[in-house]
Amino acid sequence: MKKISVLDRILLLATGLLAAYQVAAGIDGMEPLTIWFYTISFGTLLVAGLLLIILGFEGLESQAVIIVSALIPLSLSLGLVSEHLVGYTIPYLIFCGVGFIAIAITRFSVTSKIATIILAVVHGIAGLIIFLLPISLSIQGAMPAGFALVGLGGAVIGLGGLLLAFLKAGKPILSQKTILSLLPGLLFLMTAAFVYGFSFR
Amino acid sequence: MENKKQTFKQIRSKYFPLIKSLQTGLLLITGLAGYMSARCPVMNMTTLLALGGSLLLSVSGSTALNMWYDRDIDAKMPRTSNRPLSTGETKPREALIFGLLLSIIGVGWALAIDPLYGIVVFAGLFFDVVVYTIWLKRRTAWSIIWGGISGGMPILAGRALGIGYIDWVGVALAMAVLFWIPTHILTFSLRYQEDYKAANIPTFPSVYNNQITRIIIAISSVLTALAMGFAAVGVGMTWGFLRLIVVLSIGLLALAIQSLTLPSERITFGLFKYASLYMLSSMLLLFAAGFLI
Repeated sequence: MKKISVLDRILLLATGLLAAYQVAAGIDGMEPLTIWFYTISFGTLLVAGLLLIILGFEGLESQAVIIVSALIPLSLSLGLVSEHLVGYTIPYLIFCGVGFIAIAITRFSVTSKIATIILAVVHGIAGLIIFLLPISLSIQGAMPAGFALVGLGGAVIGLGGLLLAFLKAGKPILSQKTILSLLPGLLFLMTAAFVYGFSFR
Repeated sequence: MENKKQTFKQIRSKYFPLIKSLQTGLLLITGLAGYMSARCPVMNMTTLLALGGSLLLSVSGSTALNMWYDRDIDAKMPRTSNRPLSTGETKPREALIFGLLLSIIGVGWALAIDPLYGIVVFAGLFFDVVVYTIWLKRRTAWSIIWGGISGGMPILAGRALGIGYIDWVGVALAMAVLFWIPTHILTFSLRYQEDYKAANIPTFPSVYNNQITRIIIAISSVLTALAMGFAAVGVGMTWGFLRLIVVLSIGLLALAIQSLTLPSERITFGLFKYASLYMLSSMLLLFAAGFLI
């Protein structure tokens, strides 16, 4: 397993600080439910960043990582849906709840192929919402152009999520060392894009 | 010039390790945060500096006295055997005079700033040196409760100085530190249990067992998070800061639960580090709340 470097730690700390800023100051003035969805998402990013700094990349060996990290795209996409597609909030909340439970159960009880398919479907849908919804809102003029950056963050989270998911499923797209070298940078870029994008709201 | 440099280096290597800079620094931060939690109308830079100076001296003094008294057991534990008192670099008499001087000046300064503040600072020093170190540390594993009470005194003192009396928020802040200390110390005693056995110091892992120790760590973490949450509400933190406290507390609880259900040395020491980071972050939030509210 790759050892965590000083640069990795700096990037993860910066990620944690950006996520902390977003939880404390970046999501005020929204509906309470939306605030909590975003809090779960950025809060998970914050705690994950701190734990990676403390435990190193070996911390990713736990099966719980896949389950907990699914919270990031699920709750972020839920926040976007509850803010901009209010009518779809309940159905999408049900989808996320069922998807999250399915990811958790299949981690421990079925073949890795089924677990990977479920993970890819749930992550994929959440990732597409985070990627497409902000860009589409910006193009339509419903939100300022800068809000599209949230979509860019969605693309990065999708990429990072896929790399990690296939790595954990035992079918890595890139070598483990390359993925772990890229991970802190991807997490930072993604969080920076989210935080900056949300500032245009 | 070269001689002066050499003398300074010698003094630094003899005395600086006696004050356990990280631990003292964290306690100092809790005291300053307790004061800042009283918010802007009472906050001024002169008092803040006096608070910082008197607390730094008092906490450093009590730590030096603690090290002086524990020099025999420190020498038996590999982790602490290279401390200057164990190696003989610092003479016991020098450490005792150093500790007494810092303590007397620190507590005296604290009493001069404000009698109530001074009494709480003195209580912290008394609980740490007399009750915890001299009386109970070598007799019972439960001594950490008294170590915890002493650790909670700087934040209570800071708060008392800020508002002029002891209120429930100050007590809740002190309780948060008190409950955090078992999380911090017990994870440490799990990792270094052989050291403590060698020195014949009763700890929870040696007197009870590792699983009971982990259960106590988990309970302490829950109580820390609850006390910190109550205190944060009492201080009047904004919703944003409260959300951040909740997020950090959930991280602490999750690690404590993982340490209980899937114990490993990595998770145990991860919890130790996260608990320190949690306390530091909570204190920084109290600071920020003092500026922003």
